[in-house]
Amino acid sequence: MKEKKHPEKSSEKKSTSRRDFLKKGLLAGAGTVLAGGVVGSFNAFAQNEDTIYVLGSDMKVLSVPKSQVKERNIREEDQMQKEGREGIPGRKWIKVIDLSKCKNARLCMAACQNAHQLKPEQHHVNVLRMDRGGETAPFFMPKPCQHCDNPPCTKVCPVDATFRRQDGLVLINNERCIGCRFCIAACPYSARIFNWTEPKDAEKYKNVEYDVELNVPQKKGTVSKCLFSADLLRDEKLPYCVTACPNGVYWFGDENENAVTNGTTKETVNFKKLIKDNAAYVLLPELGTKPRVYYLPEKDRLVPFTYEGSTEIKKEEH
Amino acid sequence: MSEIKQKEGQKKSLNKIVSDLTRPIKNHYGFTPWILFLLTVMGIGLFAYILQLRDGLGVTAMRDYVSWGLYISSFIFFIATALVGMLISAVLGLIGVKWITPISRIAEMIALGFAMWAGLIIIFDMGRPDRVLNIFLHGRLQSPIVWDITVVTTYVAISILLYLLPLIPDIPFLKKTMNDQPKWKQKIYKVLSFGFKGKPEQYKLIKRLIRIMAILIIPVALAIHTVTSWLFAATLRVGWDSTIFGPYYVSGAFVAGGAAVIIAMFVFSRNFRLKEYITNLHFDKMGKLLVMLMLVYLYFNINEYLVPAYKMKLEDEPHLMGLFTGKFALMFWTVQLGGLIIPTILLLFKKMRKPVPSLIIGIVVVIGAFFKRYLITIPTLLHPHLPIQNVPEEFSTYWPTAFEWTITMMAVAGAVLIITILAKLFPVMPIWETAHEEGITNDEMNKFAEGKNI
Ligand code: SF4
Ligand code: SF4
Repeated sequence: MKEKKHPEKSSEKKSTSRRDFLKKGLLAGAGTVLAGGVVGSFNAFAQNEDTIYVLGSDMKVLSVPKSQVKERNIREEDQMQKEGREGIPGRKWIKVIDLSKCKNARLCMAACQNAHQLKPEQHHVNVLRMDRGGETAPFFMPKPCQHCDNPPCTKVCPVDATFRRQDGLVLINNERCIGCRFCIAACPYSARIFNWTEPKDAEKYKNVEYDVELNVPQKKGTVSKCLFSADLLRDEKLPYCVTACPNGVYWFGDENENAVTNGTTKETVNFKKLIKDNAAYVLLPELGTKPRVYYLPEKDRLVPFTYEGSTEIKKEEH
Repeated sequence: MSEIKQKEGQKKSLNKIVSDLTRPIKNHYGFTPWILFLLTVMGIGLFAYILQLRDGLGVTAMRDYVSWGLYISSFIFFIATALVGMLISAVLGLIGVKWITPISRIAEMIALGFAMWAGLIIIFDMGRPDRVLNIFLHGRLQSPIVWDITVVTTYVAISILLYLLPLIPDIPFLKKTMNDQPKWKQKIYKVLSFGFKGKPEQYKLIKRLIRIMAILIIPVALAIHTVTSWLFAATLRVGWDSTIFGPYYVSGAFVAGGAAVIIAMFVFSRNFRLKEYITNLHFDKMGKLLVMLMLVYLYFNINEYLVPAYKMKLEDEPHLMGLFTGKFALMFWTVQLGGLIIPTILLLFKKMRKPVPSLIIGIVVVIGAFFKRYLITIPTLLHPHLPIQNVPEEFSTYWPTAFEWTITMMAVAGAVLIITILAKLFPVMPIWETAHEEGITNDEMNKFAEGKNI
């Protein structure tokens, strides 16, 4: 599980089952929460030489080697930054969005905003109502950052504050960003947002250590965007939006493994087959940005056009 | 030179030249109120900027979609105006155009004032100005911003040299005439004389250095504006994704700068009472030059708008129609017709190249040039590839707030202040070159500077 320190272990991981992918990482998850200082409990109540008992977020007592607990929680900031920049070895994260399933429930938007300290008008993932000239029925299209393989945004950054890592994720270091907003101008998908004023709950997050993989705490005068929940991926969990969707819109996985898992049904399928069988497409392919987000076409739409949910984002409280 | 002399009638004596050119340094009408006015404008802007620092860029009208606004468009305008220094003192100077003698230093002053403040505007636009050092600590060569900062700094440096070098032979005159001036002023003159004694080899050396700087500044100046255009052309946005942005910007820059020089010429010729030096001939020549520059710019404008409009790609349509008939149509046509086409036509007439009409045309062209940059920056950002949704109404519109206007005005006033201060410290035109043109020899000048009136 501590693959950061032991990269060789990540190759072992490949042989483990997909289900492990979803189950693993409880402790690390709780640890993240503590490091994030938001919610959750983390009580060390017994320890001996080698292991420490901790209370996981599912209220089970877990025993883990002491050294590893430290490693996750009291990681040096530099270390966190370094790992965040390097990415997870051997991975190529990929997202598939099934447009035929999206009913505009907007739980993905809510989960994302909760995770990333965002204001109601700030979206890392934005569900757009697409209206192709009125010829066909409109449809809803969740639009996260496309994590382009040829990202125009990272090229223009003067200080390397936004970067693409080896696992294909495009991230931001908001402790380095100078707020020039060149990356916003350069992104053709309008995926980037800016903290024009003090971020939401700035006071609450004041003393929280910065996590480059969560981009929290947000900082005034810096840029933010979808990170494919890099913090959860490190713990081998599916992204916030993916699991929040009630309608099975999102598939997420690893291109190298050629497998994607549905966030709602937890079904895992062959990625190449899924996009081939469904004639998946990417957004604005003509721009040559090579997105890592695939869209399954908006078939089986309801005509006349009706949809569940409102245009308001449903509040999801922790 | 003979042309000028004929127009002016008889020769001017060195005595007269020196006293005409140094008089404004000692006293000229309206200096104190003017400085106070500029400082007030800057003070208001500074106050607004302090508030912006406290509350964040949220005090501007910029939001996630229109993420660049008035600051960036003013930045391009400033860089554009600064480019005229290179055109007049370098290009025209190197090809031996004689009538630029009295205005080359003015052009250089404009270049300095505007280039320096262009750098500051970029800082006003930054979300985290406290991290400006990151550009040096973590600078990435791939980013056009880094290129821009590099070339702007180089341009300022070379412009300072191009301003100072021709000043050196003037210093002996200043030392002589300014002995009633405050100590600090005299100290500046002393430092800047660099031991210049008017020896022939010193003249030769200075002329050589000026020539080298004039040659050096041409590629640097082309680079600053080309790179500035790449801030836009390097993106995949409708309206910016253009291959002619470099020359389009450079040609537009000369229009803005040329018009600015005309305005400055008028102000100095009247306020500093230099009509005998900045004559109708100069307004006539500058007017003709501006016509040529505007025609070149018009040519690029036609290319930039007509070709995409002819194809009318689905992606381009909302942007282009917004300019031609939509939200921006009024501004677009006012700028194109009023700021470019009509001035070009007017300046074809000799009567319009007289000082007062040129001044009015110059002001209109400069304002047009300012809003042209606005039209290049904002409409494109309002037409992203994917729709603007689920955000407050204000995200899909943009008009600068009072903060942005006052901070921009601070920059304008700051640039004008630099020009004013330079004009108050040093003659606005080179004494020695003017004297040379009147046929006065180096020997005579040296004698004069040593204290013998001739
Ligand atoms: S979608 Fe935009 S922000 Fe995301 S990687 Fe591509 S260009 Fe960058
Ligand atoms: S806003 Fe920040 S991340 Fe974006 S280009 Fe500028 S410095 Fe880089």
